[in-house]
Amino acid sequence: MAVNYIYPEQEIVRNYDRCIACRACERQCANEAHEYLPEQKKMTSDDAKCVSCHRCVSICPTRALKIVRTDHDFRKNGSWDKKNIYEVYKQAETGGVLLSSMGNPLDFPIYWDKILLNASQVTNPSIDPLREPMETRVFLGAKSQDVTRGADGKIIPKTTPQLELSLPVMFSAMSYGSISYNAHESLARAATELGIYYNTGEGGLHEDFYVYGANTIVQVASGRFGVHREYLDAAAGVEIKMGQGAKPGIGGHLPGKKVGADVSRTRMIPMGTDAISPAPHHDIYSIEDLRQLVFSLKEATAYKKPVIVKIAAVHNVAAIASGIARSGADIVSIDGFRGGTGAAPTRIRDNVGIPVEMALAAVDKRLRDEGIRDRVSVVAAGSIRNAADVVKAVALGADAVYIGTAALLALGCHLCRTCNVGKCNWGIATQQPDLVKRLNPDVGYRRLVNLMTAWKHEIEEMMGGMGINSIESLKGNRLMLRGVGLNEKELSILGIGHAGE
Amino acid sequence: MKRVYVNEKWCLGCHLCEYYCAFAATGEKDMSRALQGRTIHPRIHIEEGRDDVSFAVSCRHCTEPLCVKGCISGALSKDDGVIRVDKTKCVGCYTCVLSCPYGCIVPTEDGVIDKCELCLQTTEGTPRCVAGCLNRAIVYEER
Repeated sequence: MAVNYIYPEQEIVRNYDRCIACRACERQCANEAHEYLPEQKKMTSDDAKCVSCHRCVSICPTRALKIVRTDHDFRKNGSWDKKNIYEVYKQAETGGVLLSSMGNPLDFPIYWDKILLNASQVTNPSIDPLREPMETRVFLGAKSQDVTRGADGKIIPKTTPQLELSLPVMFSAMSYGSISYNAHESLARAATELGIYYNTGEGGLHEDFYVYGANTIVQVASGRFGVHREYLDAAAGVEIKMGQGAKPGIGGHLPGKKVGADVSRTRMIPMGTDAISPAPHHDIYSIEDLRQLVFSLKEATAYKKPVIVKIAAVHNVAAIASGIARSGADIVSIDGFRGGTGAAPTRIRDNVGIPVEMALAAVDKRLRDEGIRDRVSVVAAGSIRNAADVVKAVALGADAVYIGTAALLALGCHLCRTCNVGKCNWGIATQQPDLVKRLNPDVGYRRLVNLMTAWKHEIEEMMGGMGINSIESLKGNRLMLRGVGLNEKELSILGIGHAGE
Repeated sequence: MKRVYVNEKWCLGCHLCEYYCAFAATGEKDMSRALQGRTIHPRIHIEEGRDDVSFAVSCRHCTEPLCVKGCISGALSKDDGVIRVDKTKCVGCYTCVLSCPYGCIVPTEDGVIDKCELCLQTTEGTPRCVAGCLNRAIVYEER
């Protein structure tokens, strides 16, 4: 191309006083951004090939590299910023829909950061979690609404199937195909050691991971990839995916080049073919239809496994969640607009959906108002970034949260947001064998366990500060929350007071 | 005894172990200062084969070391399971270089030989190639 409209977003800065030309950066860059010049015995790099994944920066033994955002810019323009100009250039060049990965990166409000937690002072004691027992265990599933006793006065148990979690966090649905075998193994092993669950996503379950079935939630999505008897039998719970926060109203598309032998067998589709998930489930056009699928799956699993229905947080999420609760589902999972993805049309990812904080508050309130909150557990997802977000989500009414991006970050992801290209230098969002091997699950699973262990400690600290020793007492306890810098409407939807109230 | 083992399944062929090894030998604090502009003579080497298979090879510290048997000057010795070299005794005959079945003994620019001594001269307790391995392909353990 004679005229290049696009100047690279980032520049690779090499400190030649530190570089020893070991060529590790060159060997580890799948985008071939680095090159060794044998005659000069020095390294050079091409900014245009860099995706800012920081692999080279992280492994450089002499810390000779850094990636900086370029200061090259257009004349200042309040309306036409660089992003919009470049997107026009790209589309003028390719004629295609723009694709992006991971969650919505735009500057929308993050309500978690505008909510503050309470703590005990003087009149009610706080609890030291290092000295006193703290309960972070939760059970997900429908709760019985009354207690029946037999003639001997003992309670007759009639609990429906439950998922038991050692802390209210699970790993979100990420399919085998969108992420690698080693990433899946890391998630599965970590979930097993932690006593929580990971979710297969819609790409089926590799047979090597059936052993982790007790900590696996399997997904049934509109493409029905890899859904068969053993798949359902292997799992602890089944999730029907109706929508995804990153791309509400949109299906999925795994390019054929990522469908190798293993992915093909797991998904039960021919090798090299595109795996296309339709936007809707073609058999679901109403809550009644959804109910049929919920009960088909319950029937198929002998009523031993809870069924989750996952939806994207959209405008009328509360009414939809109410319908789901009435459809017979045991758990409803709400994915906010910041939720991640392996690939989505940029316009959809950046412009569709609502914040999970609002959606969660609205759903919890609606279900309580209708007297059906006990019928389902609520799981919140979509950019839960730390233990404080978890605590705030629980106080807003969530039974548990899903984390996807945070889990991938633990595995090495640097949010370069080019998962869709399939050349993940960290061995996560790729199927290329030489890249997949870069994620050693022995290392990956340990990092996930560490992250969750740290969060558990922090959750206990925050609960203890509030004088709460069981996560159940925090659930929906919005008195523990106060907003800062929020308007009346936002506060009323969140159902919390303003700081000082 | 603890030895350095390599799992080729996880070796990425990044060659960083070679640089960490060379750095360890210099005794310097700063890697740039130690290695910039120099050709390195590491005691661990990456072997690269077909189908993206690669693995690091370093002294196995054999139970019956041919290098020690063949050493004509008594420079090589086995001390507590670790095969060590006394460079002041080495006469540069390279019998050990020829006899090592793993190719793990290397001649240096000074004419004497060099080999892996499990970083016993450093203070960390873990050989630098192991500590620096990106993907835990190189491990230091009892088997």
